Amino acid sequence: MNCFLYNSSVGKKLVMSISGCALVLFIIFHMSMNIAAIFSAEAYNTICELLGANWYALVGTAGLAALVVVHFAYALLLTVNNYRARGKQRYAVTAKEPGVSWASKNMLVLGVIVVVGLLLHLSHFWAKMQLVEILGGHESLVGDQMIAATDGAALIQYTFSKWYNVVLYLVWFAALWFHLSHGVWSMFQTAGWANDTWYPRLKCVANIVATLIFLGFAAVVVVFFLKANCCCALC
Amino acid sequence: MAFKLDAKIPAGALADKWSNHKAAIKVVSPANKRKLDIIVIGTGLGGGAAAASLGELGYNVKVFCIQDSPRRAHSIAAQGGINAAKNYQNDNDSVYRLFYDTIKGGDYRAREANVYRLAEVSNLIIDQCVAQGVPFAREYGGLLANRSFGGAQVSRTFYARGQTGQQLLLGAYAALNKEIAAGSVKSYPRHEMLDIVVEDGEAKGIIARNLVTGEIERHGAHAVVIASGGYGNVFFLSTNAMGSNGSAAFQCYSKGAGFANPCFTQIHPTCIPVHGTQQSKLTLMSESLRNDGRIWVPKKLEDVKALRAGTLKPSDIKEEDRDYYLERRYPAFGNLVPRDVASRAAKERCDAGFGVNETGLAVFLDFKTAIERLGKDIIKQRYGNLFDMYEEITDVSPYEEPMQIFPAVHYTMGGIWVDYNLMTTIPGLYAIGEANFSDHGANRLGASALMQGLADGYFVLPYTIGDYLAKKIQAPKVSTDTPAFEEAEKAVKEKIAKLMSINGKQSVDDIHKKLGHIMWEYVGMARTDESLKTAITEIQALRKEFWKDVKVVGDPMSFNVELEKALRLADYLELGELMARDALNREESCGGHFRSEHQTEEGEALRHDDKFAYAAVWEYKGMDEAPELTKEPLEYEFTHRAQRNYKD
Amino acid sequence: MNFTLKIWRQKDAKSKGAFETYKVKDISADTSFLEMLDILNNDLVHEGKEPVAFDHDCREGICGMCSLHIDGLAHGPGQAATTCQIYMRKFQDGATITIEPWRSAAFPVIKDLVVNRGAYDQILQAGGYVSVRTNSVPDANAIPIAKADADESMDAAACIGCGACAATCKNGSAMLFVAARVSSLAKLPQGRVEGARRAKAMVAKMDELGFGNCTNTGACQAECPKGISIAHIARLNREFLAAKIQD
Repeated sequence: MNCFLYNSSVGKKLVMSISGCALVLFIIFHMSMNIAAIFSAEAYNTICELLGANWYALVGTAGLAALVVVHFAYALLLTVNNYRARGKQRYAVTAKEPGVSWASKNMLVLGVIVVVGLLLHLSHFWAKMQLVEILGGHESLVGDQMIAATDGAALIQYTFSKWYNVVLYLVWFAALWFHLSHGVWSMFQTAGWANDTWYPRLKCVANIVATLIFLGFAAVVVVFFLKANCCCALC
Repeated sequence: MAFKLDAKIPAGALADKWSNHKAAIKVVSPANKRKLDIIVIGTGLGGGAAAASLGELGYNVKVFCIQDSPRRAHSIAAQGGINAAKNYQNDNDSVYRLFYDTIKGGDYRAREANVYRLAEVSNLIIDQCVAQGVPFAREYGGLLANRSFGGAQVSRTFYARGQTGQQLLLGAYAALNKEIAAGSVKSYPRHEMLDIVVEDGEAKGIIARNLVTGEIERHGAHAVVIASGGYGNVFFLSTNAMGSNGSAAFQCYSKGAGFANPCFTQIHPTCIPVHGTQQSKLTLMSESLRNDGRIWVPKKLEDVKALRAGTLKPSDIKEEDRDYYLERRYPAFGNLVPRDVASRAAKERCDAGFGVNETGLAVFLDFKTAIERLGKDIIKQRYGNLFDMYEEITDVSPYEEPMQIFPAVHYTMGGIWVDYNLMTTIPGLYAIGEANFSDHGANRLGASALMQGLADGYFVLPYTIGDYLAKKIQAPKVSTDTPAFEEAEKAVKEKIAKLMSINGKQSVDDIHKKLGHIMWEYVGMARTDESLKTAITEIQALRKEFWKDVKVVGDPMSFNVELEKALRLADYLELGELMARDALNREESCGGHFRSEHQTEEGEALRHDDKFAYAAVWEYKGMDEAPELTKEPLEYEFTHRAQRNYKD
Repeated sequence: MNFTLKIWRQKDAKSKGAFETYKVKDISADTSFLEMLDILNNDLVHEGKEPVAFDHDCREGICGMCSLHIDGLAHGPGQAATTCQIYMRKFQDGATITIEPWRSAAFPVIKDLVVNRGAYDQILQAGGYVSVRTNSVPDANAIPIAKADADESMDAAACIGCGACAATCKNGSAMLFVAARVSSLAKLPQGRVEGARRAKAMVAKMDELGFGNCTNTGACQAECPKGISIAHIARLNREFLAAKIQD
């Protein structure tokens, strides 16, 4: 293949940048949608219905899957390249360079955690919702109850009533925070839209975006955990 | 057999000589250039520019350097700037004024015609470098900025922060890269020329050592260009790079090229003083610092004592107790007198006991007045990187306390004798840049070394070499399977084998330090008949010691730094003696050469134009034989030789 | 001051290397790091042992010849300084100092601490120049250049080609080096003319020579002895992508 997006280092990075950017936008959308669940189960379920096995939702899902695959495959490809470029003989002693963030040097590890978390998340939700509809069903057995494929709110309620899920999700979000704290400004750098004046601004934006996403997702998890475990005693 | 020196200076008015000459010399057609091979030794401003320009013209060029990349040649370390007679500042500068300042700065020991040509092409250099993308300093209007430098009353120095040499070299290196990519130049990094091959009286190639594998290689060519820089490292401690050496030039000398004015050494006034016996080299602080810095020592000896004892800070000494000796002695030029004058004045004060550090070998360079006048920000903008560098080395901030400086060996005006075409006494062998002797006389002005290197490389040699090569268009490729190459290679191998076999007790550096000590003590800033005779005897003894007692470890057929250093030191031990002999012969003071017996009542250099208005050209007669002197008279047709005056 | 040195020794490119331990004594705090190695080497020569090979030349931080990975950092513990500009007062008396050569697949070891950085030359040969002939140029003041642009060009041109960027980068990427040249010329009208060609050719050569991909860690900028900013990498990306998109 004779395309710079495949055979040049800068081109490959551009693919990472653009696919990453699209994923960030999706995550922001997903987070906003989740917030609805805190306020109204009905509202949330309306959104879930919209995103059932409709053609546009399916196209969107396929697109997202493709983005994740591309982002991840390129990450692996680049990492293998980079590992080779580093040479067989490694430094015996390494030190932290001043001003270099930990996340920037561990993007692959963070990415793997994010993907593992994603798989878990898909098994918790997507497999019980869109997949059920794709297979022609309308509900599935979750724990000891049947939950309708469109009743996302019930699924949330069930999943985050379990403390271990809460812990796993929070770890997942934390990894995502680190990944985004580097990834968000990095995608501008790779696309060439950055300079010394803008680095502090971009890094600030990256931290804000990463933090908002973390808080948005974590809020839903924590609220539902509290609702399931503490509120009962209170109300 | 003495040399028959013909400098080939063209006739005519000073301003017409170069044009007339260019019109008169032969050129080689493009078809013939393709058949001709040229070897260039060194990739500094001279060698890099020459190799690039010759390659561009269509010659087949091989370029050699000892570093791992052509970009690292020591031209890169020049900080201050490059002179040109652009008159962009409208301060009445002109080609003639640059010529005159350079001739006068050189204390009337350079060739008028060469210096005029240098001034004439200086403007082309700036044009060339700007076109190559050299980021010279600019004013807000987008036009080029200038600063002033020692020995001139106009602002004609172009600069790129404190890294002008680096930027100009990267320009030449880029031009070289363009030719390497085009295939016209082949680069040989980590290769050292160990001998020049002369056959039928003409230069035919070189013997080089591959510094990585240790292999000895033969390279033939129709002409060889030496651009290997100066030999200041004879002194062990100098501002030269550790690898800078005089061996290529010495090999040419020992094979019959005349060596001119070897004693003309420039001692740079603004270097960081020596701190101890383990020091490996001296660090230069740019001459541009003298634009705003004022040089002084205390007026009172008790203040000096208190400074040395550490009980008094320099900033505590009152204005009236400070002796700004350059401003006192040279009101017209003040702190911007030429380098030799500034260095000698520092030595004079230190000899009188006013040296401001423990060793008594330092004076102050103070920015207090400038900071008060311009503010710290402006000073930081102008010299920030130099101040940081100074603080890194000495742990003292020049914003708070004055810098301590002392003169150090910096540049060698002497070098291989060349005619107006830059050809040595061996036909087909050329020398350019610091490696030759031609343009700076007895003292070089600041910001002129870069000018000369690039002038020779871009604008002189590419034309003049054609005059010789035009006669070679029928000549076949130079064969390296000849007795001359055979012999030269054998001699090099024997020399290496000899060095490896001595297995004595002293390391190369041990002996080099001894040589440096002799040179600095007896052939340094002030020389006398007696000191020079002592130097000659001691160098001869040290040379014997070297060949009996040096220890070179390792395998000659591998990367072997000790062997490299030993080979260079062997040549320094002969060059050092030659410098002392030349200094002994020159019974006058001029520029960087100061004979204590010959000074005016005020302690200024006293020339004897009636007896020494010549370039002293030496011919090698063997390691332990006295070299033979031939004189090239320096006729001054266009300038009046006067006692240099920087007072009014 | 006294130090224990753990130094990488390797006979030649083909041999396997290993660390060896040496002791140096009575080193003055004003001694530079390389002078300290000179002292060690002089001692080794006296003992009849082979001295440690290391690259160095100007010893004032401009030629780019010196290298060395000292205690895990390229050019050692200094900020914006090359190895030759490090003084022993930066270290604790009695410290053990580990000294390694640059490690990068594109910089193979030649001997001990000396590596081959020829790849950097090759990248510049691919396009790191303005194609002007000697003498075929306009007057230097014919093209005014905004001071800010000239200054920014100079910021990038300060690169000394020492290799610290690629040596320190966890990806073995040479992007900062390539970007410095591309960006320096891109900021000047003289360099703009063949800007697109240059960016493409130099990136292609960098990739071909086996350097890694930039992941924007900024380690290169932190370790660059000339403090060259990764903003130049952003400009290289822009130059390259704009050129490719127009293809």
